[in-house]
Amino acid sequence: MDQAHIRNFSIIAHIDHGKSTLADRILQLTDTVAERDMKEQLLDSMELERERGITIKAQAVRVLWKGHQLNLIDTPGHVDFTYEVSRSLQACEGALLVVDAAQGIEAQTLANAYLAIENDLEITPVVNKIDLPQADPDGASSEIADLVGVDAGDVLRISAKTGEGVEAVLDAIVERIPPPRGDPEAAARALVFDSSYDQYRGVVAFVRVVDGRFESRDPLRAMAQGTRFEAEELGFLSPERRPVKMLEAGEVGYVITGLKDVSKLRVGDTLTCERRPAAAPLPGYKDVKPMVFAGLFPTDSDDYPELRDALERLKLNDAALFYEPETSQALGFGFRCGFLGLLHMEIIRERLEREFDLDLLVTAPNVAYRVQERPGGEWLEVHNPADMPRELEAVEEPYIRASVIVPKEYVGAVMELCNERRGRFDQLEYLSEERVHLTYELPLGEIVHDFYDQLKSRTRGYASFDYDLSGFREGTLVRVDVLVAGEPVDALSLIIHREFAYDRGKLLVERLRKEIPRQFFDVPIQAAIGARVIARETVKAKRKDVLAKCYGGDISRKRKLLEKQKKGKKRMKQVGGVDVPQEAFLAVLNLESDR
Amino acid sequence: MTLPLELDRNDVDTDWLRTRHGSSHSVPEGGLAPPLRGAEPEHSLARHLYVHLPFCAHRCGYCDFVTVRGGGGQDGAYVDGLLTELALESQFLAREPETIFLGGGTPTFTEPAVLARLLQAMPATHELTVEANPETVTPALANLLREHGVNRISLGAQSFQPHLLEVLERRATPASVRLAYRTLRDAGFDNVSLDLIYGIPGQSSADLAADLAEALELGPEHLSCYELEAKVGTRFTHAYGDELARQGEAMEGYFELVVETLVGGGYRWYETANFCRTGDKRDLRARHNLGYWRGRDYLGVGVGAVSTVGERRWRNAPSLRGYLGALAQATRPARELEILDNDVKARERVLLGLRLDEPLATAGLGAALDGAAVARMERLGFLQSSTTTGELALTVRGRFLGGGVTAEILT
Repeated sequence: MDQAHIRNFSIIAHIDHGKSTLADRILQLTDTVAERDMKEQLLDSMELERERGITIKAQAVRVLWKGHQLNLIDTPGHVDFTYEVSRSLQACEGALLVVDAAQGIEAQTLANAYLAIENDLEITPVVNKIDLPQADPDGASSEIADLVGVDAGDVLRISAKTGEGVEAVLDAIVERIPPPRGDPEAAARALVFDSSYDQYRGVVAFVRVVDGRFESRDPLRAMAQGTRFEAEELGFLSPERRPVKMLEAGEVGYVITGLKDVSKLRVGDTLTCERRPAAAPLPGYKDVKPMVFAGLFPTDSDDYPELRDALERLKLNDAALFYEPETSQALGFGFRCGFLGLLHMEIIRERLEREFDLDLLVTAPNVAYRVQERPGGEWLEVHNPADMPRELEAVEEPYIRASVIVPKEYVGAVMELCNERRGRFDQLEYLSEERVHLTYELPLGEIVHDFYDQLKSRTRGYASFDYDLSGFREGTLVRVDVLVAGEPVDALSLIIHREFAYDRGKLLVERLRKEIPRQFFDVPIQAAIGARVIARETVKAKRKDVLAKCYGGDISRKRKLLEKQKKGKKRMKQVGGVDVPQEAFLAVLNLESDR
Repeated sequence: MTLPLELDRNDVDTDWLRTRHGSSHSVPEGGLAPPLRGAEPEHSLARHLYVHLPFCAHRCGYCDFVTVRGGGGQDGAYVDGLLTELALESQFLAREPETIFLGGGTPTFTEPAVLARLLQAMPATHELTVEANPETVTPALANLLREHGVNRISLGAQSFQPHLLEVLERRATPASVRLAYRTLRDAGFDNVSLDLIYGIPGQSSADLAADLAEALELGPEHLSCYELEAKVGTRFTHAYGDELARQGEAMEGYFELVVETLVGGGYRWYETANFCRTGDKRDLRARHNLGYWRGRDYLGVGVGAVSTVGERRWRNAPSLRGYLGALAQATRPARELEILDNDVKARERVLLGLRLDEPLATAGLGAALDGAAVARMERLGFLQSSTTTGELALTVRGRFLGGGVTAEILT
């Protein structure tokens, strides 16, 4: 289609501000989906997405409106997927910025709006849920107008739920958002903004054609990664796949690649045609690296192969997921997994448990560290506290720029929390008379433990939070080991700021003492930094362990009791000659994540 | 003495007891009595007989035995049932068993005439023990028992502290315990055992020391000292479970106190929970119970009673009505049967044998023992093994941890 009749856009909105409902309404109004086929929130196809009200994987749907081809590119709704969001936005010329009339702007909206502005997108502000009794369309309109620098009168007011004002939104997309301006005659270039894995057809790439054209059966190449494949099928979603012969400059669609591994075709890469390759790829490709790590172990060691298969399958669809085998003396065989962030970790964990029916033990999450063992030495990346050298020259940890939007009465509480977590105040700005936008520099390692829940509870749920990584910085970090009978429990090692080491070490050994059953001998439980013990508890030896009486009528029962005791012992893990029930590790790991 | 109801052995088939291996199964009430396929070989005859009398005046809160409150005039019918069962199973019992033990319940709560009838029907034996509750012991009862060949009494004293007897819901008072003991002595019993319980909610170590001192002063031939077991589902656990859990650690030293005091008072700690007086020409260990601990076969009759003969162990169902109904028809009561394979037998030998202060011969038990664990327990000083004799024994320290050590060394 002629580029003048194409509009590519995204919807930017905070969770629950109505993005999916608006998308559904657009599909209905444009007759893309018949009324009877309409499911609530059609775009969020994964069960988990639907339940959490978030979009994990972006998809693109083509609709027709008054002679125009509109491509709605859905964006993932969370901080962990900032890079994917930025690629989706790069595929567009404009965005609808949707704000709940009752809630106003949230941190996440702000972050994505800034991303859209950075990508030179034409932003169309929309206030949604005007039908709600508690709606304040004027207040929300003025906040959003201030943010994007338009007149409050230009803010569209709609109810995606009732459909009120949605036609005007479609008209505004055509009128306000500029058409694509690629070169249809140039060498073909398309931006990969998402991909998914089809078990029958391999990797399916979602692309925005920037220049030139792609035809089915073309030999293609991903320019950054160098992966070569044939375009087995081209098409667009409406919302199911509709194959076409050709995708042209300005259009959005999919390419079936036949590739068997999603990591061969990363989001942000540029596709070109081998017959007439483009000279340079599109800008902005990044190799996204996991920042949060945790050990995943099957509760039942027999499930290890199932866990491996499940991770393999998830990886097919999620290039950002990283995993490698890990053997823990305490927890057995498992995997050290890397995630983009905490939500990403939660999603993977839930999918493993729900879709693959696995019972998992998850170690306390940690971030990626950079360590230098001697002055002038090489910097190494460490993903596991147990791999951290006990003696080292310097260690760096990742920092984030955190953005919190909160009603003004909670500013004190938020600042207190950020200060407790080694935060450095950056900026405070009033969005309106009532609402404040705070920015802080914080170590990511302080966020991975319970920061978000604390923030929610200390602000009665009013705070919204977002962050982006701001780089590595040196920190006064130490490795704390937990020793049972003198032997370190690998799964319980942690890296922590020196200042917090004593308190946490004390808490850990106290908890572990309560969880370890008494043995035939005294069992010391210690927390140590290197050779220096910082906390100690003792599990006192048993003085008595007999079956009180045993006569003719008791023998079977007593024997079964002993057999049960024996069986229970076999399930325990041996550390330093001590039998430790797995629940003990679990309790301590929970303590870690509840901190 | 001869059995009153001597049935022709040819009437009874024992094959049904071996028909199924694996886990327990119940035989319907009324039992089975298909024709015989041959007499039992001599070696599988039990030499120990247990007779269960379930009636009690009152069910103590901590008790989980098969008991029936009150006799309600059923004593006579019940004893008829016992004797019928004994006759049905006579092919499993030696003609002259070594020991007979009447337990309960409260055997001495039985109507005297009925009790006399039961005792009269018992085969001749070396040791005939009857369990007695202090409040039931009268000179008349003591004489009745003496006259009918009872030569050992196990007296359920439990404690000499009024407040603890109350917690245990015992009907006896400290005075009635002492009186019962003297009554038995006066009647000429020269082998009396006292039962004591420790670890009672609210029991201080001074209370326990007082009980032990009192017991030593009476000087019975034998003492059984049990830690109170708060068994799941008993009224007692419901009422005191939390308190017991709180006291748990404080009471840990009680077992040591019991052993030290009694051994110091001239008793032999011959089994985990049992002590006998030394310095007597007689061996005062409970010969009947030694049978259990040495892994001997035994026949148990009565409601809920357990028998172990050869590779079979069966437990009568706990329903009194069912028991009486079946035996009124001269058929076996409903039972649970357990097949004891060699492996289970070996494990039981270890479990039981290590309760005693005599070494356990390990010949034939190799598969049940984890050699590495045995070595580990030896290193910890809990166990001693002799490579020359192949015997295994717990050390004194090991005996305090006997249950745990046993669990450790069994495969």
